[in-house]
Amino acid sequence: MNDHDHVKNWLAEPTRRHFFRDCGVGLGTIALNSLLGQLQARHLPVIDPAQPMDARIPPLQAKAKNVIFLHMAGAPSQLELFEDKPKLREFHGKTPPKSLMEGKRFAFLKGNETLLGNSRPFLRHGQCGMSLSDQIPHHRKIVDEVVWLRGMTTDVFNHGPAKLFMNTGFQAPGRPSMGSWITYGLGSENNSLPGFVVLQSGPRGPRAGNSLWASGFLPTSFQGVPFRGKGDPILHLRSPEGMTRKRERRFYDAVGALNRARLEATGDPEILTRLNAYEMAYRMQSSAPELMDLSKESSRTLDLYGVTPGQPSYASNCLLARRLVERGVRFVQLYHSNWDSHGGPGETLSKDFEKVCKSADQASAALVLDLKERGMLEDTLVIWGGEFGRTPMGENRKTTGRDHHIDAFTMWMAGAGLKKGYIHGETDELGFGVVNGKVHVHDLHATLLHLLGFDHERLTYRFQGRDFRLTDVHGRVVNEILA
Amino acid sequence: MALPVEMFRFLPFLLPLLLGPSTFSQEIQFNRDIRPILSDKCFLCHGPDEKKRKADLRLDQRDGALADLGGYAAVVPGMPDESELLARVLAHEDPSELMPPPDSNRGQLTTGEVSLLRRWIKQGAPYQSHWAFEPVADVRVPESWSNNPVDYFVEKRLKESGITPSGPADSETLLRRLSLDLTGLLPSLEEQQSFPDAGLESTVDRLLASPHFGERWGRHWLDQARYADSHGYSIDGDRQMWPFRDWVIKALNDDLPFDQFTIEQLAGDLLPNRTKAQHVASAFHRNTLINQEGGSDREQFRVESVIDRVNTTGAVWLGLTVGCAQCHTHKFDPITQREYYQLFAFFNNTEDANSTGATVEVEEYEILGNTPEATPVKTFPSTRAKWNPVRYRNPVTSSGKPLHLQKDNSLLVDKAAGRNDSYSVQATTYLDRVAALRLRVLPDKSLPRNGPGTAANGNFVLTKLRIQSRGKPIAISHAFADHEQPGYPIAGTLDQDAKSGWAINVGGTRKADMNAPHEAVFVFREPLETKGEPLEVTMEHTLNESYLVGRFAIELSPTVPPAPAPKPAEIVKPRKGRVMVMKELPKPRSTFLFTRGDFTRPHKESGEIAPDTLSQIRPALGESRERPTRLELARWLVHPENPLTPRVTVNRIWMRYFGRGLVETEEDFGTQGSPPSHPGLLDYLSHRFVAEGWSTKKIHRLIVTSKTYQRSSHARPDLVEVDPGNYLLAHQNRIRLDAEIVRDAALCASGLLAPKIGGPGVYPPQPPDIYAFTQSRKNWKTSTGEDRYRRGMYIFFYRSAPYPLLQTFDAPDFQTTCTRRVNSNTPLQALTVANDPAFLELAQGLTERLLRELPSADITARIKRAYQLALSRIPSEVEHKLLTDYFEAQAADFANDAVAAGKLATPAMKAGPESYARSAALVCVARAILNTDNFITRE
Repeated sequence: MNDHDHVKNWLAEPTRRHFFRDCGVGLGTIALNSLLGQLQARHLPVIDPAQPMDARIPPLQAKAKNVIFLHMAGAPSQLELFEDKPKLREFHGKTPPKSLMEGKRFAFLKGNETLLGNSRPFLRHGQCGMSLSDQIPHHRKIVDEVVWLRGMTTDVFNHGPAKLFMNTGFQAPGRPSMGSWITYGLGSENNSLPGFVVLQSGPRGPRAGNSLWASGFLPTSFQGVPFRGKGDPILHLRSPEGMTRKRERRFYDAVGALNRARLEATGDPEILTRLNAYEMAYRMQSSAPELMDLSKESSRTLDLYGVTPGQPSYASNCLLARRLVERGVRFVQLYHSNWDSHGGPGETLSKDFEKVCKSADQASAALVLDLKERGMLEDTLVIWGGEFGRTPMGENRKTTGRDHHIDAFTMWMAGAGLKKGYIHGETDELGFGVVNGKVHVHDLHATLLHLLGFDHERLTYRFQGRDFRLTDVHGRVVNEILA
Repeated sequence: MALPVEMFRFLPFLLPLLLGPSTFSQEIQFNRDIRPILSDKCFLCHGPDEKKRKADLRLDQRDGALADLGGYAAVVPGMPDESELLARVLAHEDPSELMPPPDSNRGQLTTGEVSLLRRWIKQGAPYQSHWAFEPVADVRVPESWSNNPVDYFVEKRLKESGITPSGPADSETLLRRLSLDLTGLLPSLEEQQSFPDAGLESTVDRLLASPHFGERWGRHWLDQARYADSHGYSIDGDRQMWPFRDWVIKALNDDLPFDQFTIEQLAGDLLPNRTKAQHVASAFHRNTLINQEGGSDREQFRVESVIDRVNTTGAVWLGLTVGCAQCHTHKFDPITQREYYQLFAFFNNTEDANSTGATVEVEEYEILGNTPEATPVKTFPSTRAKWNPVRYRNPVTSSGKPLHLQKDNSLLVDKAAGRNDSYSVQATTYLDRVAALRLRVLPDKSLPRNGPGTAANGNFVLTKLRIQSRGKPIAISHAFADHEQPGYPIAGTLDQDAKSGWAINVGGTRKADMNAPHEAVFVFREPLETKGEPLEVTMEHTLNESYLVGRFAIELSPTVPPAPAPKPAEIVKPRKGRVMVMKELPKPRSTFLFTRGDFTRPHKESGEIAPDTLSQIRPALGESRERPTRLELARWLVHPENPLTPRVTVNRIWMRYFGRGLVETEEDFGTQGSPPSHPGLLDYLSHRFVAEGWSTKKIHRLIVTSKTYQRSSHARPDLVEVDPGNYLLAHQNRIRLDAEIVRDAALCASGLLAPKIGGPGVYPPQPPDIYAFTQSRKNWKTSTGEDRYRRGMYIFFYRSAPYPLLQTFDAPDFQTTCTRRVNSNTPLQALTVANDPAFLELAQGLTERLLRELPSADITARIKRAYQLALSRIPSEVEHKLLTDYFEAQAADFANDAVAAGKLATPAMKAGPESYARSAALVCVARAILNTDNFITRE
């Protein structure tokens, strides 16, 4: 045992306490602590403060290890992609039934809009018979791989709040995102890359910005790290000019030695954590560029995704997502814009919609196929969808589009622990509401946590006197879609 | 659910909490109705004080009141007639039985009081015992205790636990600790040197009086105020809230009593004859978000902001999670859902509705009253002297290259001039008498950036100018210039120091001074009779090899030009900001309870809700004919009887000094929170806080002058079993610096800090593409001049895309109130301090400072000085050796790679005597020191 192990050993216990204190997991009184500790210990992550991102075993049996969430920012129209509604075509141009409109709130509709029939031809595909429009031909290849959630609902109808709701379970900023919750629970399997990575593509960033991948009240170790498509993937990854790898090694050694000297002088376990953090920073300097380097991918793979090397795109992000998960990164989230088809310049249901479909279709499907081929779909979960759906009524701008709709929209999920080629949920004939198989955003979160080995009611974190969780006080595991 | 056996032990404790206060809502409330009677009439002899306790009976605890006293009990729940307590207070016939004893001067109970006691016992004699809601006790320290009272409480508990406290921190650590805690800045070298003589007390007073105190503690407060410079949500447009930040800084510097501090922020707009500053203070609750997204429901986001105001008020002043009661009656704390909406009703009447609403225009410096003194700018005197051109003879450089005569009678250096070249010129004049020489340096297109020097940025360093006549030096009495680069005065050309000289191109705040013509005047000690002989002028550039004067002209005057007179500084128009403030609607909005907290579902059946305070927290809001406003709410919060506000406030102050509050759950003083580790101390401080007129500076002084505060922060392996979390405070705790202070400390060490206080936000350099992830790109106009080196707290804060350093080091995102920051320790922090160009610049700044201040010192002295500047201490032998070896290894490596060394060495370093390699290696040393855990930690 070297001298640092010695220090480490006697520090171990206070270290753990120290972390619990800072994490707010510490409970009110010692008495309650022991009491509740017994009740909950199995379900709250036990975190090594020196290595908060160390991989942890979930309390329950897990089907999935990693998650890739493909967030279609701006909200794709389910009525142009997944929901073939003959009645809607039939009543095209008619005023919607009053009963369906009562008590409904919309972002932009003025109340005099009429129904807008599907603007795209649909066909049924695969054994499950899922209907897909002509806009996403590559999705035909995965119809029988995924679970189709046709009964999605959410609570809020503005982009920012709804994105927050989809990502954090709450419409205002300040709560931890699901990626933070999951890395808080599970850590990550890669110790030279962040455990929660965010990638972005499309003409503009998602509304609500950083709060979508913020760790909220969880320690910032668990916040999402945005990788940039150009230049260095991580901020400040590159050493100052003039510092070669050899000189940098000397630098990290010197800093490490100074820190160890201080650790011996003060005995503060935080210094151990910092030592580890600096070592990981050094490793990241080589692991992150290696990750971003697509030159070793076969041309077949590049073609499958539609990636042009050196050109950042949704496709290259999908491929990076696979590479990240391959390297043990726990949660990868992609944001791709712009799906906000209100009508009018840049947001038409015709050309602009076609453009965004084209940019997303091939790579989304490719990711599922590629993961499957590599056997990675066994323990990886892929989720695809926007923050809400779009209205069956047309919205009249320069051209006719669709407004935000929270009562019924479509998402899909694939991979670990899920049925394959299964359509869950059904909406009414006009696509206003869910008739059966409703899945609320909280239910999606509950299911996600379930697949990762958590009871969503028990993965909690105490903050300002309350135990918070991703699903707030709601959520139900959607057992129907589990394999 | 099967309960483990242990659960049952807690059932009696948990049940009343689980059932909640509503069970007793129509009943006598112990704290409100009974405790005051018992406290006033009984506790003296039957209270907590063991020494005073009579008949072994205590009534402050239910167990004591119900205890068997030998076949009978003071209180028999449900049976008033069996309860000795009632019998005794009614025993008027028998003075030996009567309570309180007639000779005790306590007075007898009134009929009303007896009746309350009777009803209370009848109802089962429930006690309410949550400590935080109880009045703050007037705890005293024994008169025999002559030391700091804080230590009395802490040492008492340590002694009881058999723990010997650690000794004091060494004085270097202590000074750094005090400086960082009180001002957020590192102690200067002078302060370090004078500390042993100045002593602790006067140092504490100096720091408390520092204008930077308000910045340091203002930042803590701004966290709670969720201050930011943008509206939040997706659009996240700019707002101008900095006048509020100025107000907070000033209020803390002025030690504005905390009650007034509270009232002005919560209701400054409602104060009669309010001042403009008080009006600005009401911006506190205008720091809520505004959703500018198209199609937003105004009412939805208005309600969101009202909810945030209620929750923030609860968290900041009461330390309570009132937010739980938005949807349902609080499960643990005595806050009903109705009470939540009573608080809501106070805040539901402002004009703003997801909009800017009322604003006040404020000029920079107006709130702080710190208008910068006009810095005298030297007049250029030569217009009043008569300057005459000369004719040059034999203008050459020492490398033998010519100086080319230009049409305007100036000389331009040859492109092939040598390194460190010097010039020699003979100047002939028709004047008989010469009293002064003027050297004009002039831009020229052939020079880098138009010159006037030959350095890459157009600068020069003229290290020596000598004038001779007939082979004899002419004595110069003095020299002056129209502009000098800081550290490079014209006087440097006159001394013997080959490294000092005149330069012009860096450090000025005015762009106009850069790459522009300048002039220097050399006044002869005695006027010279020329007798037709030329003057021989030599100019040397010995400091930096490529820093030559590029183009110049020499002129002479027969009269002595006047000394430069100060002229008024450029009048800079003060910047203005429109700060959002509170404004009440003429007619209040109706408040209804929202079913499950949903604003679309007002519960009109249960009637309109009027503003009122929480029934469990004293005092009751005074009866008033008029509808109470935020002003009454604010006064209730700081009413001397309100036990929570002072406790919560002093606890948070304590937390900043020790990394943890006396109540660990500083945000939750409810029944779910943790009890205080030192209840006596908490109440002592709280009581004193109020008694001393809510002076926060007095509390600060009391804490930091205690031994407890000053103890060493080294861990104590011997306490691993007894007190691993250091709850008993046997030693201080090491605390990582806050995000802003990480930057401030590096600015201090490098000597680059611009100490200006207040005003609009600044835009230090940040990497490109920060906004790739936000919806709207922000117009980040990178600051130049001093704003580039301002303190971290002034960095313009976009909620949707915070300055990366701040985010990486755990600054909150200011979406909601933040009473305590988390303290993470991540690889991204390492990458930031190691590689962020802004930090490299500061490491280079520190290096330049070492080279400047210790021009001829060896690496040993420089490492020592770097430690003093960055860590406020001398390095240990081990550290010294480590860094020396590191320096030598890097220097040897760089010696074979001049290109790399040149990338780390700055122009100023290159101009210096050290080789590129050793300069670069010293940058490496500075960078390593800034990257130590020690540097970003207050020990």
